[in-house]
Amino acid sequence: MSTVGDELEGGATLDEICVVALAEAFRGDGETLCNPMGPVPVIAGRLARATFEPDLMLTDTIAYAIEGNLPLGADPSGATIEAYLPFRSIFDQVWSGKRHVVMGAPQIDRHGNQNFAAIGDDYSHPKVQLLGMRGAPGNLINHATTYWIPTQARSFVESVDVVSGPGYDAIARLPEPSRRFHEIRRVVTDLGAYDFETENGTMRVRSLHPGVTLEQAQAASAFELAVTGDVPVSRLPTAEELHLIRKVFDPSGVRKAEFR
Amino acid sequence: MSDKRMTEDEVVAELESGMTIGIGGWGSRRKPMSLVRALLRSDLTDLHVVSYGGPDVGILTAAGKCRKVTYGFVSLDSIPLEPHFRSVRQGGLLPEFMELDEGAFYLGLMAAAHRVPFYPTRAGLGSSMLANNPELRTVVSPYDDGEELVAIPAFEMDAVLIHMNRADQKGNGQFLGPDIYFDDLFAMAGEKTYLSAERIIPTDDFLKEGPVHTLRVPRTHVDGVVEAPMGAHFTECPPDYGRDEAFQKEYAATAKDPEHWARFRADWLELESHEAYRAKLDEKSAS
Repeated sequence: MSTVGDELEGGATLDEICVVALAEAFRGDGETLCNPMGPVPVIAGRLARATFEPDLMLTDTIAYAIEGNLPLGADPSGATIEAYLPFRSIFDQVWSGKRHVVMGAPQIDRHGNQNFAAIGDDYSHPKVQLLGMRGAPGNLINHATTYWIPTQARSFVESVDVVSGPGYDAIARLPEPSRRFHEIRRVVTDLGAYDFETENGTMRVRSLHPGVTLEQAQAASAFELAVTGDVPVSRLPTAEELHLIRKVFDPSGVRKAEFR
Repeated sequence: MSDKRMTEDEVVAELESGMTIGIGGWGSRRKPMSLVRALLRSDLTDLHVVSYGGPDVGILTAAGKCRKVTYGFVSLDSIPLEPHFRSVRQGGLLPEFMELDEGAFYLGLMAAAHRVPFYPTRAGLGSSMLANNPELRTVVSPYDDGEELVAIPAFEMDAVLIHMNRADQKGNGQFLGPDIYFDDLFAMAGEKTYLSAERIIPTDDFLKEGPVHTLRVPRTHVDGVVEAPMGAHFTECPPDYGRDEAFQKEYAATAKDPEHWARFRADWLELESHEAYRAKLDEKSAS
């Protein structure tokens, strides 16, 4: 398996493969508020807009939607503001549906149930308090969600301790009107990209990153991964994408720290 | 026109143990910290705090002041998990809590502000939010769709504390940063609302400070005004000042060691007044 330090085919490294796999999750979104959380997803959102998905709307992570190719962590005060999106408007945007969020998932199961609230059986006395519910319950039931998981082996669990973001089995138990906006678009990890394009809504291998075998991906999962046909290799970044990632969005390499 | 100016201690003297207290701001942003510290040094206990939680919730729960917290998250922003709150939760030391989707939390505030019993939402369906909060109920749409939705109950609050950039002595509040968060709803939702501000200015001067859209907290919902320069410290209060990250780091580190925490509380959080706190901050930055 490759690590962040290794240069793969075409000169790309694992972190860059992951950025592109996440960017691919936004393909086709059009005029949607793209709301990635964390360095790798933020680069991915900006990359998608700069290349194949130009109509995406992106925030400066404070209160404004901004135009242009802002580097990670750069002061957004000089950027062109195209919309005012304080937290209250973000929630309005969530409920009106024109949004695609990327969140983390310390635990995720085969149906896509995600937990970033707490670890342990007793919710009143958790072993580890994590972020809490944050926006996961509302995000999942209202619009597309993608998960970014830098260490698959730690996160792909048999069952989650708390459901903050409901997966396909939990959603299947709801009546139709409540189900209609739920979509887990993609799960991207250090090993591959996954989706739920199976009949029973279980996680399927969509692509594996260069050098990763199906056996390795399966070994890093507590549940059985669905496979349909030949599994492709994750797409390599184009020369333009590599340039944008390395020279424009993240010249100091902040993205690489997520893999440690 | 009435003059609503008061001190932090006069605000706390109007509160009682067992009350439900709403605290404005968001995470480690524009929190009414001089009022939170006044709560800390009071003998009030058994509180139910309602907050988009930051160090307000961390401090009050770690000091054992809370019976219950209603929250969507408790974060220091640049430190994603509030470490004191984390210790309290992991120690099983918080008797009751209601952890909600953070958008659903907005609806609880809005329901209280509008004096209706609940607002409906899909947030929570299919997640553990309902199972973990057995007091939450669902409601069926009375229209033809018949959809079942989560009914987020109104957050009825005995008192609300918010911090603004500017206010006048009548209680009108002005925010000058990028986001008011939900402080206008907090103000409307509180049985009593107390507003601290960086500066109290003549009403005539509001529009010299910012555009008319920044005048979002009307005096009809404000019962007391406290002038508290640096009143949100160490949380951010732009454009007046940013977050004091070094101070926040020091605060966060005290969660690891009860003695360190006790010392930090005595040295900083339990000083006799906001003036003493500011004087000590000045001393610190001079050294």
